[in-house]
Amino acid sequence: MPRTIIPFGPQHPVLPEPVHLDLVVEDEKVIEARPSIGFIHRGLEKLVEKKDYVEFVYIAERICGICSFIHGQTYCQAIETIMKIPVPPRALYLRTIWGELSRLHSHLLWLGLMADAVGFESLFMHSWRVREKVLNIIEATTGGRVIFGSCKIGGVRRDIEAEAARGMLAELETIEADIRDITKVFLNDSSVKARLCGVGVLSGQEAYDLGCVGPMLRASGVAQDMRKLGYAAFNELTFEPITRSEGDSYARCAVRCGELFQSLDLIRQAVAKMPAGEIAVKVTGNPNGEFVARTEQPRGEVAYCVKANGAKNLQRFRVRTPTFANLPAMLKVLPGCDLADVPVLVLTIDPCISCTER
Amino acid sequence: MSYFEMSKLALKWAFTKPPTSRYPFEPRRALAGSRGRLLFTKDNCVYCTVCAKKCPTGALVVNRAQKKWAIDRLMCITCGYCVEACPKKCLALTTDHAGPAITKDREFY
Repeated sequence: MPRTIIPFGPQHPVLPEPVHLDLVVEDEKVIEARPSIGFIHRGLEKLVEKKDYVEFVYIAERICGICSFIHGQTYCQAIETIMKIPVPPRALYLRTIWGELSRLHSHLLWLGLMADAVGFESLFMHSWRVREKVLNIIEATTGGRVIFGSCKIGGVRRDIEAEAARGMLAELETIEADIRDITKVFLNDSSVKARLCGVGVLSGQEAYDLGCVGPMLRASGVAQDMRKLGYAAFNELTFEPITRSEGDSYARCAVRCGELFQSLDLIRQAVAKMPAGEIAVKVTGNPNGEFVARTEQPRGEVAYCVKANGAKNLQRFRVRTPTFANLPAMLKVLPGCDLADVPVLVLTIDPCISCTER
Repeated sequence: MSYFEMSKLALKWAFTKPPTSRYPFEPRRALAGSRGRLLFTKDNCVYCTVCAKKCPTGALVVNRAQKKWAIDRLMCITCGYCVEACPKKCLALTTDHAGPAITKDREFY
């Protein structure tokens, strides 16, 4: 059988964002995958020369539409560390709550896309129905559905009052019941399992060597979670990274399902422990120094390198996003798989191309 | 019986009111804390240009000499930075979302 090259993407029904793969196939087996990225490069890192360091929070948030809040939070953390700004504890707790809410909606979005990729349309709709409730909580507490706009250097812009927090916790109860219903289907349904079990197996050592991050790495048995670094309020909350040992697509799905409940638990803990007080401090002066901030996004570790020289504009700004770190693993698992499994394998890394290309 | 998990879910939702609404006929109810549209009250404005300086997208233009305040609705990202910065509190964000902007002109006040 001669080899054929099948172009996959940049526009493809399974891809929410453009990435292109040239799939070298022999019969129905993929022999090699050659990626090309860069379709939606926007030059956001270069914009530090035009926007001052305070305004840049808005751009950092717009790097990605799904994990927008954590992008803004990581940027603020980097600047706050350079400028030695004491962020009020209440602001740290609020950031934790919004960060976990964004993880909830991101994982529900991914579960829906995965159901769509395996051809389970009704499950896709159910996942997104639950996600809509999370988005409503986000809109009611921050003012925006996608771009929260609530994080600023020195704290946060909005507070969650006690009554709003009670309403949020009550809503989370119904969300938890809904999530329990849909995760049962994802983890037990035979048709979903038939598409996910044993597909794209990546061993723990391989995942570590390829530099995987987030659920991709944890599904291979490596318990690495940047929240364990204790940024924001995570050092005062109890949780353990969720890991699986199988390393296949099913394990990645199971890790994300587990993290939904973990996020719900973390939000409850944070609301219970949240201290009263100020939510922001006044920021004066300009940053001078260099710092690399690392946080855990829904897709894995994100690293922000910020370099400033005492001017209003930063000198250099660089983001290493989780999808970029997971792309080598995707290229590792693609050779040898069936052509029909390519959408599933591309989705298991939870590709966020607008993050990757900035 | 894993097969019946989905059946149960499907049955439950077959007899429940749909979570979607018939949008253009039933307008969306604005949530209390939503950032909808920037509202300008001319009476208190002293044309200090603080809002225009703070605006991250440059959507606001203030002319102190002519006492004109202008906004480009297509550029405004409703971040609320100007609302926080305004010393006279003449800017506010409404919870309802604006209709689509149909011209690229600035709105002058």
